[in-house]
Amino acid sequence: MSYNIAVCIKPVPDPDFYDKITIDPRTKRITRSGIPAVINPADKNAVEAALEIKEKYGGKVTVITMAPPNAEENMREVLAMGADAAYILSDREFGGADTLATSYTLAQGLKKIGPFDIIITGTESADGATTQVPAQLAQWLEIPHLWGVKKIEFINETELKVRAKIEGGSIEYFIKLPALLAVSREINRPRYTTIMGIKGAKKKPLTIYGVKDIDIDLNNIGLKGSPTQAGAVNVPSIDRKCKKLRGEPDEIADLLIRELTAAGIPLE
Amino acid sequence: MQFFQFTREQEMLRKAVREFAEAEIAPKAAEWDEKDYCPIELFPKMGEMGITGVFVPEEYGGAGLGHVERAICLEEISKYSAGLGIALMTHHLGLSSILYFGTEEQKKKYLPELAAGTKIAGLAVTEPGGGSDLMGIKSKAEEKDGKWVINGRKCFITNSHIADYNVLVVSIGKDQKGHNLMAAFIIKKGTPGYTPGRKENKFGLRGSVTGDINCVNVTVGSEAMLGGSGDGIKIAMKSIGEVGRAGMAAIGVGILRGCLEEAVKFANERIIYGKPLSKIQSIQFNIAETRLEYESARLLLYHAASMKDENLPCTTEFGMAKWYATEAAVNASKRTMDLMGGYGVINEYPVGRFLRDAQAAIPSGGTTDIQKIIIGRDTINKN
Repeated sequence: MSYNIAVCIKPVPDPDFYDKITIDPRTKRITRSGIPAVINPADKNAVEAALEIKEKYGGKVTVITMAPPNAEENMREVLAMGADAAYILSDREFGGADTLATSYTLAQGLKKIGPFDIIITGTESADGATTQVPAQLAQWLEIPHLWGVKKIEFINETELKVRAKIEGGSIEYFIKLPALLAVSREINRPRYTTIMGIKGAKKKPLTIYGVKDIDIDLNNIGLKGSPTQAGAVNVPSIDRKCKKLRGEPDEIADLLIRELTAAGIPLE
Repeated sequence: MQFFQFTREQEMLRKAVREFAEAEIAPKAAEWDEKDYCPIELFPKMGEMGITGVFVPEEYGGAGLGHVERAICLEEISKYSAGLGIALMTHHLGLSSILYFGTEEQKKKYLPELAAGTKIAGLAVTEPGGGSDLMGIKSKAEEKDGKWVINGRKCFITNSHIADYNVLVVSIGKDQKGHNLMAAFIIKKGTPGYTPGRKENKFGLRGSVTGDINCVNVTVGSEAMLGGSGDGIKIAMKSIGEVGRAGMAAIGVGILRGCLEEAVKFANERIIYGKPLSKIQSIQFNIAETRLEYESARLLLYHAASMKDENLPCTTEFGMAKWYATEAAVNASKRTMDLMGGYGVINEYPVGRFLRDAQAAIPSGGTTDIQKIIIGRDTINKN
């Protein structure tokens, strides 16, 4: 049995540049200019999980993203890791999407390219971090899903035993395919991109689909299809608070402990 | 004149090697230096990445790329560990002599394992009498009963104790004019009579092994000879001139990049008189000087490497890149130490190691004076 596996990817601003990221108070969006995009770290774990299944049981790994066309660089990197084909859903009409519109767009893209036996995502993106897209995507596709997956085992060709993390532990589930799994960072360590992989990625297919290329209801995409919109943006002040403590060393130590405790900082 | 720009694949390769170096090399580089430990266990991992065989054609198990890509790999690795950089660059040096001068049989026999990093290569030319005086080589190979019997001592040989295959350049007699005739032989570790000897305790480039190789009646068949009788000088000159010095230049560029990143990081984080050091003009001057040296060294290196990939003669260009990059690396690491004040001499920071590594890179592959001779003669001959 071989598996047709899809992995959903999101390019996010490079965490090394977080100190340079600002939010535009007018559009309420992250200002991305001048900040390189990298593959969302958790999505690399998703790619690794897919590649491991493919290597063990055979099949094909397809990666998909909804992003501007310059996500090609990120998609080539995933192809270099070992994925077989990549799709970018890119159109101005997709812009301004919240998680619902994003998951709808991805679902329609997956329906066009698929069908898939397994769809793998990361648990959350490093920028938005809503954790909503995997569950919404599974709903649009009308397939079961699990979130926070840290172990995947095949019971038989169409059923998996999956361990998903919960607060303070984990639960074992049995899930029938086709299914969506949102994998946690601890499931694996993503492989390095090799030089041979980079060479091979050049020849792998990368397709860009716009609104016209997929069967899509325009009311469900972009700003129009997004029931949630960002409200007021408040930037908290992160100036250092400075208070001078005076006295003998022992007194200062006591004062310091009292001040820190009063400020709610746990000292144990 | 084309705009100088790496291809998209080369940029991807740099990013991939950088991620590998950040995870596998950066956390351990200081320890390798302190313990003078050469991490040979990383060679198979670098093989999986495609680094050990980056310019070896795919038919011999390599990545099938060129010397620009090799320089990128060495720059990214040497930014964290110039010691591992020279071990890797010498591995490339040894295998390049087989790639460029070997028979089809020799290439098929040796290159797949060397490209995979499961075996390590070296090239042994220098002797106690000198490194650049090739005609003065005293180690000898004599033909006896259809075999070659090698005797002699090589010194200052990088990878001396770790190389599985070492290419030795030795004298095989005199030509009609009385000049030394040289030949190169591929010697396998463990061949009777072949023993690594004294191991040097170096000031810099620690984490690479440098030492003697002793040959006492080392007997090999003619299939071990690389190229023909008398090709030894050509093999040594071409390999050192176009692969060895290229590697040392890339190591220098890597150290320069390391200096630049350490300087910027420190200048932004260190608060003095209520503001970051980077706000002070004299500190900006310091960083600007290092930036200029880094960019200049980089242009010289990648220009020469792209000439090599076009099969153009490039010994002079690599000579210039090697001279400039290694001397600039010494200047920049000293300058960065100065920028850091007291912190510069604390071994918790890598800049002290950068200075030692940069200084040690100057005599490796020919001193600056040797590069001046090569460049001077070439310039005079061409004008």
